[in-house]
Amino acid sequence: MNAPPSGTALSSAVLHREPRARLLLPVLALALVLSAGASLALGPVTLTPARLIAALLGHGDRIADAIVLDLRLPRLLVGLLVGAALGLSGAVLQGYLRNPLAEPSVLGISNAAALGAVIALYFGLSQWHSAMVPVMAVTCSILALFALFALAGKAGGSLTLILAGIAVSTLAGAGVSLALNLSPNPFAAMEIMSWLLGSLENRSFEHVLLAVPCVVLGSALLLATGRDLDALTLGEDGARSLGVALGTTRLRVLLGCAIAVGGAVAVTGSIGFVGLIVPHLIRPFTDRSPSAVLVPSMLGGALLLTLADVLVRLVPTSSELKLGVVTAFLGVPVFLVQLLRERQPW
Amino acid sequence: MVTFTTRALEVRLGRETVLRGIDSTLEAGQFIGVIGPNGAGKSTFVRALLGLVEPSAGTVMLDGTDLAAWTRPDIARQLAYLPQGQTLHWPLSVERVVALGRIPHLPARAPLSAHDHAAIEQAMQRADVTALRQRRVDTLSGGERARVLFARALAVEAAGLIADEPLASLDPGHQIDVMALLAQEARRGKLVIAVLHDLTLAARYCDRLLLIDNGRLCADGAPLDVLTPARLEAVYGIRAFIVRDPGGPMIVPLERDRNARPLQPALGD
Repeated sequence: MNAPPSGTALSSAVLHREPRARLLLPVLALALVLSAGASLALGPVTLTPARLIAALLGHGDRIADAIVLDLRLPRLLVGLLVGAALGLSGAVLQGYLRNPLAEPSVLGISNAAALGAVIALYFGLSQWHSAMVPVMAVTCSILALFALFALAGKAGGSLTLILAGIAVSTLAGAGVSLALNLSPNPFAAMEIMSWLLGSLENRSFEHVLLAVPCVVLGSALLLATGRDLDALTLGEDGARSLGVALGTTRLRVLLGCAIAVGGAVAVTGSIGFVGLIVPHLIRPFTDRSPSAVLVPSMLGGALLLTLADVLVRLVPTSSELKLGVVTAFLGVPVFLVQLLRERQPW
Repeated sequence: MVTFTTRALEVRLGRETVLRGIDSTLEAGQFIGVIGPNGAGKSTFVRALLGLVEPSAGTVMLDGTDLAAWTRPDIARQLAYLPQGQTLHWPLSVERVVALGRIPHLPARAPLSAHDHAAIEQAMQRADVTALRQRRVDTLSGGERARVLFARALAVEAAGLIADEPLASLDPGHQIDVMALLAQEARRGKLVIAVLHDLTLAARYCDRLLLIDNGRLCADGAPLDVLTPARLEAVYGIRAFIVRDPGGPMIVPLERDRNARPLQPALGD
């Protein structure tokens, strides 16, 4: 058609990036810093910026120290970790399954983690050692993963994987319901229930320490899949013909999600919608390639959860609102708007 | 340069033997059309060439080495593949899609190099999509999409180009465009293999046709040697009129022959 260009001008060869794509990360980071500040300052007792900074630098008054360092800082850190894990997992799963409605619960990972945590609560393992809740949650996530492999088969495509996810998810959900059904007393049932609603209330540095390794390891696995996810834009054969080893990609995606989400669900309970909403909100500000959505979705997830947690503390209710309830209420309208847009895909 | 040799190639999918006993040598500089009825095994044949399905017996040799000994990234740099169905799952910009073709060449986590950018530019120019570079692919027509995906395959800068039904759902003008692009790549010294259903376009543009029927290679040669009325009747079950026009041959299917009997496999011609 055209003669091959002898010397292509590199100035015109630089891939175009929209200004808003370049601004996305700085804006998210700034919003995150501001909302983190708000999360530390706001609550039943409002702290002035001066008292807050003094407490953070280690020379605040005793009350401010207790509020900031013992109550609000661990709560903030857990929220950031869990939000980042959920946002990233959702973004990776949407890219991997090429399905904009995918999120950790689609593969049954959230439900399996919830079942693990419920088992730990139900059989009193959590009283034996507090690490048993995350250990059981991650263990069940990984078991769910093996079940997924077994059900979907070695060469299973994304449709078989989604169907297998529904099966695993339903089974885990039934297990949780069974535990509630058979719970020995109303208090045990209440404990399981309130935990299933998801909350950042009364989280300590112990929870932070439990969440950190899971979220870091899981996120590292997930972030390494970016280029493979981009190649999957062309479908599975297209990606393989670009040299992508899909088996490795799949292992990274599933293990990364099981570890990150298992760890997250274990310290906060199940918090839905974050993994679904965040990548949807982020995508229009990127070039829409799956890899471009990953890091912003981590920041976006952390931001969403932090803001929701501030909201939970500011709304005056007799018993504090549970975070999972708030994200669900925040999520539904966003989800519906996205759903209407889906009719004209993307 | 790229050369394929298949020896007694057999592929099973599940319990079914989809390809059997295929011996062929495919060499650079040719535009080779793979034709045959639906379900004959054409796609499986090109997928086997790409290493996307493994032979259950026999071998596929790429440049003298068994394909099984090649790593996936090495195959990806040697062979570009245009899969069936214009699959594009996310509404990327045209140049982002074309840039996907550079993935086999990129070291882990490295950004695009100056050479990558030059390859992307050149691929967009050859496929005539430079003017569309900022457009989102979901806003393109089917013909534009086909050219963008073609540019994506060219951006790999591979010595071989394999296209599975590149003409599907294109109007006659765009079909001719795509065939001309494929033929042009063969003139440049590439090995170009395309699965085709349009026999007239196959006869006009291809240097050689492989006719696959019921998993067997039943003819292999120059287009008009392969496309004989008797063979069309036997393989496709159609009576066809073959016009040897100075502007190029035309294969005009006239009617369905309900009594057509399957042709006995005859390798080569």
